[in-house]
Amino acid sequence: MVSRMHVTCVVNGDTVEFLCDGGQSLLDALRADVGLLGTKNGCSTGDCGACSVIVDGKLVCACLMFAPEVDGSNIVTIEGLADQDTLHPLQQSFLEEAALQCGVCTPGFLMAAKALLDAKSRPTETEVRFALAGNLCRCTGYDKIVRAVLACAETSPEPSSSAASHMMSSSNPMTSSSNAASSVTSEVSGYGRT
Amino acid sequence: MRYFAPATLAETVKLVLSEPDAIVVAGATDVAPRLWVGHISAQALIDIKNVDQLCGVTYSPSHTADTASSADIASPSHPASMMGVFTVGAATSTACICEDALFARMFPGLTEASGLIGSVQIQNRATWGGNLANASPAADTPPSLIVNDAEVLIAGFARTDNTQINNVQTDNTHIDSLQIDSSNNGVYMRTMPVADVVTSPGQTSLNTSEIIVSFKLSAPPPRTSDSYLRLIPRTEMDIAVVGAAARVTLNPDDTVREAKIALGAVAPVVVRAFEAEMCLAGNKVTDETLAQVGLAASAVCEPINDKRGTVQYRRQVAGVLARRAVKIAATRAQERDVAQLRSPSEGGLW
Repeated sequence: MVSRMHVTCVVNGDTVEFLCDGGQSLLDALRADVGLLGTKNGCSTGDCGACSVIVDGKLVCACLMFAPEVDGSNIVTIEGLADQDTLHPLQQSFLEEAALQCGVCTPGFLMAAKALLDAKSRPTETEVRFALAGNLCRCTGYDKIVRAVLACAETSPEPSSSAASHMMSSSNPMTSSSNAASSVTSEVSGYGRT
Repeated sequence: MRYFAPATLAETVKLVLSEPDAIVVAGATDVAPRLWVGHISAQALIDIKNVDQLCGVTYSPSHTADTASSADIASPSHPASMMGVFTVGAATSTACICEDALFARMFPGLTEASGLIGSVQIQNRATWGGNLANASPAADTPPSLIVNDAEVLIAGFARTDNTQINNVQTDNTHIDSLQIDSSNNGVYMRTMPVADVVTSPGQTSLNTSEIIVSFKLSAPPPRTSDSYLRLIPRTEMDIAVVGAAARVTLNPDDTVREAKIALGAVAPVVVRAFEAEMCLAGNKVTDETLAQVGLAASAVCEPINDKRGTVQYRRQVAGVLARRAVKIAATRAQERDVAQLRSPSEGGLW
């Protein structure tokens, strides 16, 4: 009998503790143990991006991470985007552009879009399409999603240079989501080739 | 399943030896999906991302000198003739590698190959070590690593009775580079060309107790550059039908001093197109030369038929990609002229 591992991490600004199996996915832990069901399970193989979350400033597929890996990490999930009843500008933009139908892929698209805008506040359409290439949608045909991200980027104010604001107190998509220790950078990795 | 995240190399290799049913993971982008569907099973995971030597891109001016941040060599006092060595930790994410501006200038083709692996989500996790150890014939980075003469540093742990070391000695031709540090409690290191790591699909020449620590790449000489092209059925997020890496060094008169071409996904392991390379040596990169390069590259392929392409199609595409990759590498090599590389606006002396 293998004892379960104790994991402590910050999820959407709250310190969270859970017990997990060493080979359990972060996606499973978030949904089953932390109780956050917004992050969706699409393929479990890293192909569809529905489980995208931001861990220590990096956009990742939660289905490809092992839960014990996030001990000490700072995680932002879809539940961390809105500020109480005020939608995140990306969420608002998705609504206004009708960028969702069944909605299963939407949390992943929003996290991928947030990671892009955190790294680059004024992306081109090509950059948006590349940034969202790891997310699959079977309903919309992508155009509305791309339009929603571009519309959000256009209407948002220029990013401030001090991007270390607390995620829960900020509705600006271009400020950092990181509210953990100062070692977490304000930039999101994975955009080196743009 | 148990999960280990050792913090030192010694701890890691001891674990790898003492946990024979464990899987070594870094980004786990290949391992996790196979675990979930039951293609592989394990009693434990050994996560190697917390070991310093396995992470990051560093530059050292010579093989023996202490490593420094790659940004340090953008100093005007750096002599243009100095040949340094880049060390890339096996568990460094491809996103991290692609974000290193100096590395990207030195190895544009290798950077392209690294940046082609999957989405942003995958880029933040995928590693060269995993790409190589996974031993897929269609992996994107091995052809580019091979044309750049990359070496891997491998670490293992020798049992006190030295059986592991003896195995290495009998199994491996690169025994000259085996360094056993008795003060390190049985941890040994050896180096091997990247080209010798993968022996067949899914198989490597590494001993079961060994792990890849890092990759070493000599900074390319002036008028040298590389490129990588791959064909996939869509524009992003797929596995190579054919991948072609080229590296070209030009003489001052623009004839080719040296060319290296490596092809992926057209044989059980990456193949060097030696005949195609010989077509280039001493010649200028003209359409006529490139036509010969394409034919010679096609001839060296031993591909399979599968849903991504037929044998005939893969052969033809390999020839086309090889000649295009050579052309791009040669154009870049011209642009990496010494005079231009000395320009401070280039951020360095390369």
